[in-house]
Amino acid sequence: MNEERLLKLFSDILQRLLGDDSIRLHPDTVRADIDGWDSFNYVNFIVAIEQELCVRFQVADVESFKTVGDIADETLRLLED
Amino acid sequence: MKHLPQKPSDFAERLRALPESDQDEQLAILARLADHQLDFIDTLQLDRIFTASDAAKPSGFETIRLAILASHTVAHLLPSIRVAGLRRHLIIQAYTGEYGQYYQDILDPHSALYRFGPDVVLLIASASQQITDIPLNADSETATCILAERAEHLRGLWRRIQENSEATVIQQTLLDVTEPLFGSLDRSVPGSPQRLVRRFNDLLTENAAAQRVLLLDIESACRLDGRDMWFDSARWLQGKYEIAPVAAPVYGEMLASIIAGDRGRSRKCLILDLDNTLWGGVIGDDGIDGITLGHGNALGEAYLAVQEYALRLQERGIILAVCSKNDPMLARRVFDEHPDMRLRLSDIATFQANWEDKSANIRRIAESLNIGLESLVFLDDNPAERERIRASLPMVAVPELPDDPAEYVRCLARARYFEATAFTADDLQRAEQYHAQGGRAALQSSAQSLNDFLRSLDMRISCDCNAKVDMPRAAQLLAKTNQFNMTQRRYSPDQIARMIQSNSVSVYTFRLIDRFGDNGLVSVMLIRNNSSDHSDLEVLNWVMSCRVFGRQLEHEIMNKIVEIARRDARRTITGWFHPSERNAVVADLYERCGFARSTDGNDANSKWRLMIDDYQFAETHIQTEGSQ
Repeated sequence: MNEERLLKLFSDILQRLLGDDSIRLHPDTVRADIDGWDSFNYVNFIVAIEQELCVRFQVADVESFKTVGDIADETLRLLED
Repeated sequence: MKHLPQKPSDFAERLRALPESDQDEQLAILARLADHQLDFIDTLQLDRIFTASDAAKPSGFETIRLAILASHTVAHLLPSIRVAGLRRHLIIQAYTGEYGQYYQDILDPHSALYRFGPDVVLLIASASQQITDIPLNADSETATCILAERAEHLRGLWRRIQENSEATVIQQTLLDVTEPLFGSLDRSVPGSPQRLVRRFNDLLTENAAAQRVLLLDIESACRLDGRDMWFDSARWLQGKYEIAPVAAPVYGEMLASIIAGDRGRSRKCLILDLDNTLWGGVIGDDGIDGITLGHGNALGEAYLAVQEYALRLQERGIILAVCSKNDPMLARRVFDEHPDMRLRLSDIATFQANWEDKSANIRRIAESLNIGLESLVFLDDNPAERERIRASLPMVAVPELPDDPAEYVRCLARARYFEATAFTADDLQRAEQYHAQGGRAALQSSAQSLNDFLRSLDMRISCDCNAKVDMPRAAQLLAKTNQFNMTQRRYSPDQIARMIQSNSVSVYTFRLIDRFGDNGLVSVMLIRNNSSDHSDLEVLNWVMSCRVFGRQLEHEIMNKIVEIARRDARRTITGWFHPSERNAVVADLYERCGFARSTDGNDANSKWRLMIDDYQFAETHIQTEGSQ
């Protein structure tokens, strides 16, 4: 897994969650950039990544992620462990 | 949810390609797509499209207004609840109220909750509120006292909901979010959190039975799936999700199956395939000595377990039938002669073994038992047969059995096809009754004419009015009867009790006995007492079990009602017919009983009137006995 494939996967998950095929996530994307990506769908997004990749984020990390890149970095770190 | 087939690989494309013009067709497709194993994102996707569509009053679907009252987040459960409803052809419209405001909502009769007009109110209590402040050193008496008081408080809320609305109340048991404190000793220490949760749930259970409230037993779901699937501390901390998002689809299934059961939409009959479903091997090839069944090897015991579970279902009132591509003589011989067979031919209400297409046989089973296809579950090990039945008879539930017969029972049991809201004496007798049905069928084929047959049945009915002992079964019959149901008006046991208490209706119950046995309570008529016209007797609803169709019972009951009306010096009887998908069989009932259609009603609710002086008493072969 690398960042590019991860971003593709993240985009795919968010497309399904929000029903919008035009969504493309980049490392510097933040939630405010995407219509409908509210806190409810943020939790859904996190849960979906956890399920898809069999990883588990720490509560503090989930609170502190600012950009999609932050989530990707932490995911890659968890996958390497 | 393992009983559902895998979702099609083009699931997302099919969702996108819904026909926009035809809302009814759209809904039918969504219901079919819902009938797959869906994870929580699939569920969200499907729900988004479902909630965006606005099919007004689609045929075959029932709208349920559901209010959920909780003190924690439930928004993430709604998509799963709606999708699980869709699987059962229920369109669930949800109301969740203001966060943490549910007391006011329940207590104020003019609140948004009651303005919503709920059909069902689900109340969710939390362990974090009910038990965490009870001191660890509380002795058993103190703990029970505090818990009983809190359970009583909840019961007061149920009562208010029942007083202020017609809704069915469902109470969720406490989800045990606590962690062990002592270890195994937690079970014994009266003030330990785990013990308190159990004790509280027991108190809820007792109160619910007394208050006619249904339970959504999440405690048992946790026992089956593991608490950690249900409660995830991270999600609790992140958004006060007491139920983990990944468990939402199962929660939806639990709730929707209870609602379906309450609306008479649970399934009634289990149809069993034979080869490799009830025993290992093919009877036609392997012979009676060659099939795998019984003690001595694991596989043989797995098939035994399937048979034993089917018998347990039959014990609780589920009808068993057989549908198999087989030589009929050979197939029956296994039941008669194999020493390890648990199921006997006498357990099977209808036996269809032949070389015809299975969907034709399944139709025949539904016809012979006089129940709808939507009441059937078909258990078959063969994936191709399963697919064929799903395609040709989508109303029949076909569990996706796993490859290993050792898992068959679990798969069937977890599918919640037969969710019941009550267990009555009539359920216990049903097997006997359907067996007797077989005896009657044999007599009928030997009788010279229908008249001879009916005469030889030696039928007697008894009639009671407002008999308390009959009310649970009467409510069940009113809720579950789809065919002989004149107005489709369903009443909860509580509503019936209240209507009797306020003397606004009389509930007449009829039992039928014949030479083959007691058919039990088979018909209920609700008569209005508070009509402004004292010379008229108004029938609010009339239902009859399909088991006793074609026995002239409706005419004997009408004779009886006319007698009662005459006794009370009435001059007319009024009846209503409200057509539905499934009650065409009684569309002309009032006409056949001598009623004339009144111009007051309309096609959706036709009104019928009988002039009592003109009534011609029907000749039947039924004797009337009893108190009324």
